[in-house]
Amino acid sequence: MTTTGVRHVSLRSGVYADSVRLMQVSRDVGARDGVTAVLVAMATPLNLELAAGMGLAPDGGASPDQLLVAVAAADDGALAGAVAAVDAALAARERATGPAQTVPLRTVGAGLDALDGDGPALAVISVPGPYAVAEATDAIAAGASVLVFSDGVPVEHEVALKRAAHDAGVLVMGPDCGTAIVSGLALGFANVVRRGPVGIVAASGTGAQQVSCLLDAAGVGVSHLIGVGGRDLSEAVGGLATLDALVLLDADPATERVLLVSKPPAPSVAARVAEAAGRLSVPVRSAALSPDSPDLTAAVEALLADLGVAVPEWPSRGATRPAARGAVLKGLYAGGTLADEAMLLAAPRLGDIRSNTPLRPELHLGTDLSAPGHLVVDLGDDALTVGRPHPMIDPTLRLEALTRIATSGEPAVLLLDVVLGHGADPDPAATLVPAIEAAGLPAVVALVGTEADPQGWSRQADALAAAGAAVHASNARATRHALDLLGAAR
Amino acid sequence: MTLLDSPPAVVAAGVDVFSAALRAQGADVHDVDWRPPPSADPADLAALALDRRRAAANRTAVERVMAAGSHLVDVRPARDVLGLPDRTLLHAGPPIGWADASGPLRGALVGACLFEGWASTAEEAERLLASGGVALDPCHHHSAVGPMAGVTSPSMWLWCLQDPVGGGRAHCNLNEGLGKVLRMGAFGEEVLDRLRWMRDVLGPVLQAAVRSMPEPLDVRAVLAQMLQMGDEGHNRNRAGSLMTLRELSPAVVAVDAPSSDVAAVLRFIGGNEHFFLNLGMPTAKLAMDAVGHVPGSTMVTVMSRNGTEFGIRTAGTGDRWFTGPANTPVGLYLGDFGPDDANPDIGDSAIMETYGVGGFCMAAAPAIVRFVGGSVPDALATTERMYQLTLAENPAMQVPVLGFRGAPTGIDVLAVARTGWLPQINTGMAGRVAGTGQVGAGLVQPPRECFDAALAALAREARAAA
Repeated sequence: MTTTGVRHVSLRSGVYADSVRLMQVSRDVGARDGVTAVLVAMATPLNLELAAGMGLAPDGGASPDQLLVAVAAADDGALAGAVAAVDAALAARERATGPAQTVPLRTVGAGLDALDGDGPALAVISVPGPYAVAEATDAIAAGASVLVFSDGVPVEHEVALKRAAHDAGVLVMGPDCGTAIVSGLALGFANVVRRGPVGIVAASGTGAQQVSCLLDAAGVGVSHLIGVGGRDLSEAVGGLATLDALVLLDADPATERVLLVSKPPAPSVAARVAEAAGRLSVPVRSAALSPDSPDLTAAVEALLADLGVAVPEWPSRGATRPAARGAVLKGLYAGGTLADEAMLLAAPRLGDIRSNTPLRPELHLGTDLSAPGHLVVDLGDDALTVGRPHPMIDPTLRLEALTRIATSGEPAVLLLDVVLGHGADPDPAATLVPAIEAAGLPAVVALVGTEADPQGWSRQADALAAAGAAVHASNARATRHALDLLGAAR
Repeated sequence: MTLLDSPPAVVAAGVDVFSAALRAQGADVHDVDWRPPPSADPADLAALALDRRRAAANRTAVERVMAAGSHLVDVRPARDVLGLPDRTLLHAGPPIGWADASGPLRGALVGACLFEGWASTAEEAERLLASGGVALDPCHHHSAVGPMAGVTSPSMWLWCLQDPVGGGRAHCNLNEGLGKVLRMGAFGEEVLDRLRWMRDVLGPVLQAAVRSMPEPLDVRAVLAQMLQMGDEGHNRNRAGSLMTLRELSPAVVAVDAPSSDVAAVLRFIGGNEHFFLNLGMPTAKLAMDAVGHVPGSTMVTVMSRNGTEFGIRTAGTGDRWFTGPANTPVGLYLGDFGPDDANPDIGDSAIMETYGVGGFCMAAAPAIVRFVGGSVPDALATTERMYQLTLAENPAMQVPVLGFRGAPTGIDVLAVARTGWLPQINTGMAGRVAGTGQVGAGLVQPPRECFDAALAALAREARAAA
């Protein structure tokens, strides 16, 4: 064995330490330079046998209540150092308590377990789409509602989650509509609007933002805004969350009117929802976009009439340059519903409009998002946001498209939306203003937001107007303004 | 209370810009430190998350674990109680043959052949084993568990425990003590002498004592008390062993046997601080066996190792094993043994963690965490992490320092996949070379592979049931 140098073997009485602690001392001292073997252990028969095996047996008898300190080292200096280290280690006191280690919460289930309040709980989930379902399932199982912000959630997951939520008496909001305002708390992309009597159920994020901001501009507040997800009124999902949200709002004492906002719904689902709405005690007005429905601004105006509130002059700023002869419409939208609305309003006057989310399939754009003639692009479409932030946060995609249009030489009128509020770009005008100035084209902006938003509607509007854009709080007004420019240029 | 009654408390997982916005509005926001699961297929996670059977199945599994009790009802030779035929040896972990057996398992198998008289030398025993002349089968296939190598031969005496609720039975051999012992792979003459004494004296005395007790020993109650006294029931069994000695002593001294034998029995029990482990393990086994096959449940019912592979079973997949290569424990070594001397993880004793004690109750026995240079806060953090891997808290197994919170119980394969964390196991370390015996003790985790395989199988069943 390893005992060619010098040795120290002693037995100490009246000293006891836990075997784990002693093994630790042995290991630490054994790691010192010049130390060849260490055994610090209570002198049990087993440990004496181990010591003997190491050539470090004590002379004479030992009893299990004695502490055996046995060290072998290369020379006297190393030996003395090692024995001193044993003494120091035995004398050292472990700190009784350390700072409590925080164990991270890895799942929504663990997060909900850690809540101690007795109020309603809500999970906001923005993990990658394929993983969202497990997190959302945790919430439903714990009796919490869910806002699924994630992109790329398979529709069968959405259906399964919404069925489970219905059975559990909770609500699944989203996916593909990251907007909600619950009891004044803005979740995901949402604006700072005043509280009031109108409940909004929205299968459209930016559509919900448009109507809530227009209501705010008219002095009318929102009780709750429930974003049910862009696919909720599709055939596949069948309005599962819309139906539950209507029932919730009907039972809510703060809600006196309900406005239902959506892109064009599946007809059978629209009928089912209309029938369910008819059974409620709270009046429900629909703002579902379609070729033969009023635009969102008109729907808000009708609701104001229901409430006996005068329709205000919708806020606007600035004036843009006249369009060149033969100019075409180039719409670049971050909000899918706002893009739809623009196309629905423009198509009767302009004819075919190419788009990545076109009104008719044959008008579908290629992947480069450019084509001559009238064009409206939804930059927030799922296919474009895979692996990158939403264009309401990241302007890159829009700035690239803008430059392409400006350098093509095709005479055009630009139609853009800028959506303010929580979660959105903190200063969208900062990047858009130089781009509009550089493009040198007439630009009309639908600026969706409120004065109370972190970005401030007027601050952003003034900056955009100073760059030569015409700015409208209403997307319908902005679209008509752009159409007027095109008409005047004919 | 519906969502719209008052501003909700929010738990946020994912992009932090949204929780920042909520916080700016003065909301009560709790961030989840979500990470992409390291290896599981997201489609499998989704299939399990959406399995409509899962919640009820896991509830059933948990109820069965909690309900199971454990009474010590008898002590009998394996030959009689398990119907173990001659030339059959049980071992720890998932199924394995001699060719793949590690050093300590081989050493224990050789020792058992010598002990049974099937061979007269180690070489002869090895030839017998290599030729397939002895049938090998996992303890877990016979309502039994064995620590470390877990080798159980027909002449060895077993603790017989019964679940007074469901009537299940579980068995475990008698603990030999520390150092050079069969379960650590040692098979020298002193090992065989001790086994003979255990067969000829200890077993019969314990049988007579246990059979004479007016009430069966409630082993689950002893385990619960240990947690209050600084043991975690796997690597520390001091309090449990002493309580067992206290409970058995009156009956042992009343056995009609020479007083020298009675004294030897009491001295043996009193000198072996792991004596209780072999009662704790079948107690955990009873509870996990009570779960049985529960289609749709993602609960782990067995974790076990044979020194080569780590294997698990789940309630949803019944008796199937899912295996991966066993890791080598990290810890402290006896004498001048070091990391090179340690064998990969071995033993059925991870049934303690499967039941929710051992490494899962690290907070109850902070001394254990020092095996890897940790501190008391580390011990607390380990148990806190295990709560996120498990389906329930066992009110019968309380952790005083956590405000008497119940032990984290019922490992959830889905939670293991989602958190990226693995179960924490406290364990002994056997020498890599057959015949060495114990070289240390420490901490180990299962290989992720066996949980991935179980998850994939559970997901397949979930899809088939949808």
